Amino acid sequence: MKLIKYSIIIFFVLNFNLISAQDKKLETKITKNLRCLICQGQSVYDSDSEFADSIRIFVEKKISEGESEKQIYGYLKDKYGEWILYEPQFSKKTYFLWLLPILMFVLGGAIILKIFYLKKN
Amino acid sequence: MKIKTLPILFIIIFVIMFFLFFKGLQNSNIYTPQTNNEKDIPSFKAKMFDIDNEINSEEIFKNNKFYLMNIWASWCLPCRDEHIFLMKLSKQKSVEIIGLNYKDDNKKAKKFLKKLNNPYKIIFSDKDGTIAIEWGAYGIPETFLIYDKKIIKKIIGPINDESFLEIKRLIQ
Amino acid sequence: MASLIGLYSLIFGLCFSFLIILFSVKNYRHKNTFDNKIIYLTFLQLFFVVLSFLGLIASFVNSDFSNETVFNHSHTTKPLFYKISGTWGNHEGSLLLWLLVLTLFIFLFLLKSKKQAKQYRILTLLFQQIIIIGFFIFIIKTSNPFNYIFPVPNEGLGLNPILQDPALAIHPPILYLGYVGSSIIFSSTLAATTLNYISKDWAKHIKLWVLGSWIFLTLGILLGSIWAYYELGWGGFWFWDPVENVSLMPWLALTTLLHCILILEKRLVLTSWVVVLSISTFTLSMCGTFLVRSGILNSVHTFANDPERGIFILIFLFCLIFLSLFIFFFFHKVKNKDTDNIFWLSKETSILINNWFMMYFLTVVLIGTVYPIFLEVISSEKISVGPPFYNKLIVPFLIPFLLVMAIGPNLKWIKSDLKNKIYLLIFLIISFLLSVLIIKKLNVNFLINTILVTSAFYLFFITSRDFFIKKLRNLSQNIAHFGFSLLILSILFNNIFSTEIITNLKIGETFENEKFKINFENIEQKDEQNFKAIIGKFNIENLDGNVEILRPELRIYNQPNIVTSEAAIKTNLLKDRFMTMNIIQNQDYFNIRYQIKPFMIWIWFSVLLIGLGGTMSLFKIRYED
Repeated sequence: MKLIKYSIIIFFVLNFNLISAQDKKLETKITKNLRCLICQGQSVYDSDSEFADSIRIFVEKKISEGESEKQIYGYLKDKYGEWILYEPQFSKKTYFLWLLPILMFVLGGAIILKIFYLKKN
Repeated sequence: MKIKTLPILFIIIFVIMFFLFFKGLQNSNIYTPQTNNEKDIPSFKAKMFDIDNEINSEEIFKNNKFYLMNIWASWCLPCRDEHIFLMKLSKQKSVEIIGLNYKDDNKKAKKFLKKLNNPYKIIFSDKDGTIAIEWGAYGIPETFLIYDKKIIKKIIGPINDESFLEIKRLIQ
Repeated sequence: MASLIGLYSLIFGLCFSFLIILFSVKNYRHKNTFDNKIIYLTFLQLFFVVLSFLGLIASFVNSDFSNETVFNHSHTTKPLFYKISGTWGNHEGSLLLWLLVLTLFIFLFLLKSKKQAKQYRILTLLFQQIIIIGFFIFIIKTSNPFNYIFPVPNEGLGLNPILQDPALAIHPPILYLGYVGSSIIFSSTLAATTLNYISKDWAKHIKLWVLGSWIFLTLGILLGSIWAYYELGWGGFWFWDPVENVSLMPWLALTTLLHCILILEKRLVLTSWVVVLSISTFTLSMCGTFLVRSGILNSVHTFANDPERGIFILIFLFCLIFLSLFIFFFFHKVKNKDTDNIFWLSKETSILINNWFMMYFLTVVLIGTVYPIFLEVISSEKISVGPPFYNKLIVPFLIPFLLVMAIGPNLKWIKSDLKNKIYLLIFLIISFLLSVLIIKKLNVNFLINTILVTSAFYLFFITSRDFFIKKLRNLSQNIAHFGFSLLILSILFNNIFSTEIITNLKIGETFENEKFKINFENIEQKDEQNFKAIIGKFNIENLDGNVEILRPELRIYNQPNIVTSEAAIKTNLLKDRFMTMNIIQNQDYFNIRYQIKPFMIWIWFSVLLIGLGGTMSLFKIRYED
């Protein structure tokens, strides 16, 4: 009986470690994508400022409450604006940002094809 | 006479870019989060500053009057500068001043208040800074004017003459 | 005194521009041979700019605080080396450095172009003088390094301590030799286009300048990254920060130009590419100067903000752009007679694909950097464009890019066949298997990493094979491409295999995990010339019993009053150990960040290899001459 009890405890402890390792990875991923608002050009992950410190604790709290990456970004975006996110969200505002380079790539390919390979008609 | 579309296209593109850059120069590059929409106040729980109790945001902001919530700490130098304005405002009956003591040592904070006087009706502590994040604050000092559970005005940085007069005007 | 000499030399230098223009126009119209007086005048202009620059250095060394620039950026307790390098570590001084490189390069150009047509040389000189005059006026009017302040202060405001570093001291001069050196490519291309002078011989002549500029730009960017790694304490070397992007964009254009020039030298193709890229490289340099100095962008190392400067550079930049557009559309004649029958499988195609991809990368960086500015103007909303954007758009395209880079040089001109090319397929399979083996150890993003590593390995193996088969033929190209494959591999492995722990420790405490044990032994204090240091001693013991001692520092500078964190870095061939220490407010423990970063030194080394490839090409020119 005791063996079972101990096994259960150990099982939970191990799982807990696994979960908190995953949490830590997620926390790292999120804080690397957040901009420290009072530093010049540093992520929350890298910065030692008070603000960054608080955000890290905040993100850790939210993760342990089960919030997803998207939810946490949304929450912080709500409080601080989109500027705090290093990865621009794909929205009306940023269609050109994401699509224009791809468009130029396709256009470039088309031009090269036409000038060099398709003119022998 | 071949119509030169390509050069004209390029010229148009570059002229547009010129104007965009030109206008861009006029914008400041320091970021301040949006301060104009009226937002609801966050709901939170915090530890009281002087007694060992927890208090709820509902309880703090329950009355039908203006509240001025000020984020401060004993280690913050500009907070000293704005303190005199807070003292003046604390004498007004239409507004209640609430203090959020940010990442501070209780003893040092008490000393600060003893030296400069206490304008706050209620003070609560934010030891890890997460409550300030709920408010969308990122530095100190920051001050929020609240009415009817909504943030009417946000002041970033110490209160100065200009913002002091603005607050007085709004609380009438 | 030195400042006075500096100021007057500057004004003399500007006067020489007008003399030069006068004599040049006269010589252009009348005599048949080039008037050597012009070279003397160019030399004198260079002389006065050098004198001005030396005057500024002297003011810094003497801590002459009657000079406003020295007051703003220096301090009596600064070590001599940093007093000197502080000369170009600020806005005004760095512009003087711009002017120095501009005048130096045109002088050298005139010396080295004696075999070229007179009209071409004079026209190049005139175009360069337009740029030079623009900068003279910019400096004298808005960014004078010799402003006088009264009463003379006793002490200066000091130089930001993170700028007091050897790599950062030489980073600007080297970078500018590349960046500003591309001005000569700009001027000479405009001249050649106007005179219909573009030819295989012209390409051969201009190659020296393209290579020279490219080598310095590569080294300059490398130094900047090394500085960021050693000095900024976050363990990274590239952040897609606007100022970094601004140096990368000319590099991308210049590398593409280099490839086109190497081709143009042998076959009359890609002339339009050459002209457009020459113009773009310098335009991007100027655009970069605008973005960094006008205050329009927010970044780690922007100079002081001043809208007046911004407006001046903006207008200057767009004048140059419109001038170039005019010359290109009015004068440029497309001469691609050697491209009439390219087969799809040929060396020409691979160069075209190279250009296509490079221009795409350039577009990504350009759009990512300026989009936030435009968005804010149009909609008053601020967004950030950071590393995730660039990684997502660039990394997938690296895969075909690396593959073509490997196959391309092995194809023939005009038409190639698949005979004897079975090795291309064999190496691909070997690369793939090797990558799968390595990546299987971890579960990180299995697919994309495997394919990336496969392509990088492919380039690596093919270029290695080329060393043996082709031996000394195309050696410089081989070394450069091999270096690039090594760079991608090092960055990939560094990314995949880096580990990090963050923990709080008090003196005497130990941190332990399955791989190593860190013991916080003690704290030492040291007083230096302009700072006090708090040095932590950490013992790191890993599985096999090896012990390393790392000593990260906290430095408290006196002027300006800043605290910086200096990382402790131990480097060896396989990995870097990187540790930083930070104080936590009101507590008696320290926050420790310890990273293990594999193959860091290979990243620096591979960029050096790339530069070496270019340098060897340069020597080949000398040898052929």
